Amino acid sequence: MDLLNAFVTLSNFVLIPAIAYGSQLALGALGVTLIYGILRFSNFAHGDTMAFGTMMTVLFTWLFQAWGVSLGPLPTALLALPFGILGCMALLLFTDRVVYKFYRAQKAKPVILVIVSLGVMFIMNGLVRFIIGPDDQRFADGERFIVSVGTFKEMTGLEEGLAIKTTQGITLITAMIVVAALFWFLNRTRTGKSMRAYSDNEDLALLSGINPERVVMITWLIVAALATVAGVLYGLDKSFKPFTYFQLLLPIFASAIVGGLGSPLGAIAGGFTIAFSEVMVTYAWKKVAGYALPESMAPDGLAQLLSTDYKFAVSFVILLIVLLFRPTGLFAGKSV
Amino acid sequence: MNETLKNTALFALVAVLIIGTGFLQSWNSALFILNFGLISAIMALGVNLQWGFAGLFNVGIMGFVALGGLATVLVSMPPTTEAWAAGGVGVIVALLMGAATIVVTALVIKRMPAGWMRTVVVLALLIGGFFIYRALFDPSVARIEAINPASTGYLGGINPGGAAWGWMTLLAWPVGGLLAAGVAWIIGKTALGLRSDYLAIATLGIAEIIIAVMKNEDWLSRGVKNVIGLPRPAPYEIELQADPAFLDRAASMGMDPVTASTIWVKLVYAGLFTVVLVILFVLAQRALHSPWGRMMRAIRDNENASEAMGKDVTARHLQVFILGSAICGIAGAMMTTLDGQLTPGTYQPLRFTFLIWVMVIVGGSGNNLGAVLGGFLIWFLWVQVEPMGLFLMQMITSGMADGAPLKAHLIESAAHMRLLTMGFVLLLVLRFSPRGLIPER
Repeated sequence: MDLLNAFVTLSNFVLIPAIAYGSQLALGALGVTLIYGILRFSNFAHGDTMAFGTMMTVLFTWLFQAWGVSLGPLPTALLALPFGILGCMALLLFTDRVVYKFYRAQKAKPVILVIVSLGVMFIMNGLVRFIIGPDDQRFADGERFIVSVGTFKEMTGLEEGLAIKTTQGITLITAMIVVAALFWFLNRTRTGKSMRAYSDNEDLALLSGINPERVVMITWLIVAALATVAGVLYGLDKSFKPFTYFQLLLPIFASAIVGGLGSPLGAIAGGFTIAFSEVMVTYAWKKVAGYALPESMAPDGLAQLLSTDYKFAVSFVILLIVLLFRPTGLFAGKSV
Repeated sequence: MNETLKNTALFALVAVLIIGTGFLQSWNSALFILNFGLISAIMALGVNLQWGFAGLFNVGIMGFVALGGLATVLVSMPPTTEAWAAGGVGVIVALLMGAATIVVTALVIKRMPAGWMRTVVVLALLIGGFFIYRALFDPSVARIEAINPASTGYLGGINPGGAAWGWMTLLAWPVGGLLAAGVAWIIGKTALGLRSDYLAIATLGIAEIIIAVMKNEDWLSRGVKNVIGLPRPAPYEIELQADPAFLDRAASMGMDPVTASTIWVKLVYAGLFTVVLVILFVLAQRALHSPWGRMMRAIRDNENASEAMGKDVTARHLQVFILGSAICGIAGAMMTTLDGQLTPGTYQPLRFTFLIWVMVIVGGSGNNLGAVLGGFLIWFLWVQVEPMGLFLMQMITSGMADGAPLKAHLIESAAHMRLLTMGFVLLLVLRFSPRGLIPER
């Protein structure tokens, strides 16, 4: 019984939050990795792209809420999501046309593109703060829990409860659908194959008649969709604050590099690696240890390895270890 | 128009802008812009060393600046003797213990043959070391933080004279540089020699971690409780206002004593900062035109060719990365001295990392004069865009009815004009004048 309690506590505080957070990171890292593979630069504006897409979704959610449209137990944000994605797509295509295209034509060095993306980051960041303000926004509505602590205790008769938030369930399901669709697209469709070909060998792809501008455009569209979905899921799960999204840049980059830049599969593995380490290192293990270990061995303190404020340090240390021992990442990415 | 004339004109423009602020707004705000402009120019010099000379992409400037600030506290504050007695030794032993664990682990990784044995030993060392470290560290920290937490609760600095020994703060400037150089060495060792974006992401991470440490380690610098009232090298306004000689001089110039004292203090700082800027500028200029500087630029322009010529590219990169970060550390210490307090909560990457980048790119990467110009110009813009944005918004919304939600929102949002403007400036310069205002020669 005690072991079961320990497992339930572990799921409640570690496994389920880490899975949800990992899915969000994986979606973000997929966007970074795609841009890296096709456009060949690290996009520092990605966090703010996520913030922009989420902001559009939040605005549409408020509009729908004002109209009285809702999805019943599901958050209205899901209904607004497609519109948010469209808004984000429009913005990314616009920035590509007025900003990035010039440097592509010039064949500028990747680091110049990175600096350009800093400029874009400033503008997007300013835009988001300008429109919605720098404060916290909560936009989740509908049913809060799929399983709440009380119901779970009643059902099982265990001492410990297990809560699964609706947002966590939605995160996992949405992420699975999005990832499945993305891999189907990349591996099965003609356009997806041309994207992979372009990523592998640009010159060869150009020779075989692939239109680079089309590949780039489709990449931006996919990235807009991924970034918005990731941002909205994170916002539903926690809350929407422009600065937090900027800070997400670090774990997202860490996920993409740990998995191997340019490798979509790696981005997913990296996202979960980072999320699980972050949650596990900053969780206070006292309760779980109290159930799992015999009484004499139970810890006195919180048994927390690091305080939650150091969660960035976790992604960073993992990043450093990977850079030291396996610079191409878990799934050998490319190194340009 | 020849080059000297153009450069003189650009700097004259900056001078006119700052003096204009003095006439139109107040001399206090003009000197505020000047002082922070001097500090920004020094930071831009440091970044220019890394980016302009060597092509290294460092986005962790905020971290090095914050380390400089930490150095100011550690050097200039008086030590908290009770705290040292309660847990000072314990904390130091714990830190040494932690460092020893890492050194031993590194040795094991280097010396032992690869295999599962090594993995087990390394894991055992790390996990064991971590728990011993925490066992030593936590009780000492608790004892230190328990001592008068409202005003101290930390170890304090090494300044035995307290506020009377304000000159000690000047020592903090080079110490800040050393501290930043040490951290830069660790980062450079791991991330240099790999792809260029890896350095960017590693520095982005270390900056966040340094801020996290400064926010949370209360025993070190009081965390988010801030350290205020740092001893300072300039005289205090209150003392000046009580000094009859100063009052006479102020009266003879027709100024009231309060304004005169604040302006005098700011002028003292401006003098100190100018000295540092001039020294660093001359050094950077000498470096740029020395064989070393030419080698740096050769490495930047073609790494393979330089390597073929027998240059150690990674070692040179490490060298210049450390030097540039040290300059940022010095600037950070100067900034905390000017503020008179250390507030870890105010370190924002957009302000302390990316703004410095805008300065370097706009001024002209690879040109020290350009970096200095960019530092002043962009800082001026950063300060003045907010009132200008507010003015613009009031113009736009003047036709709207009072109390309209859109009007209120627009006026409130004027504060965010800064980021938008900086983004536009950066993109426009990159597009139409990628070599900056004063291009590299």
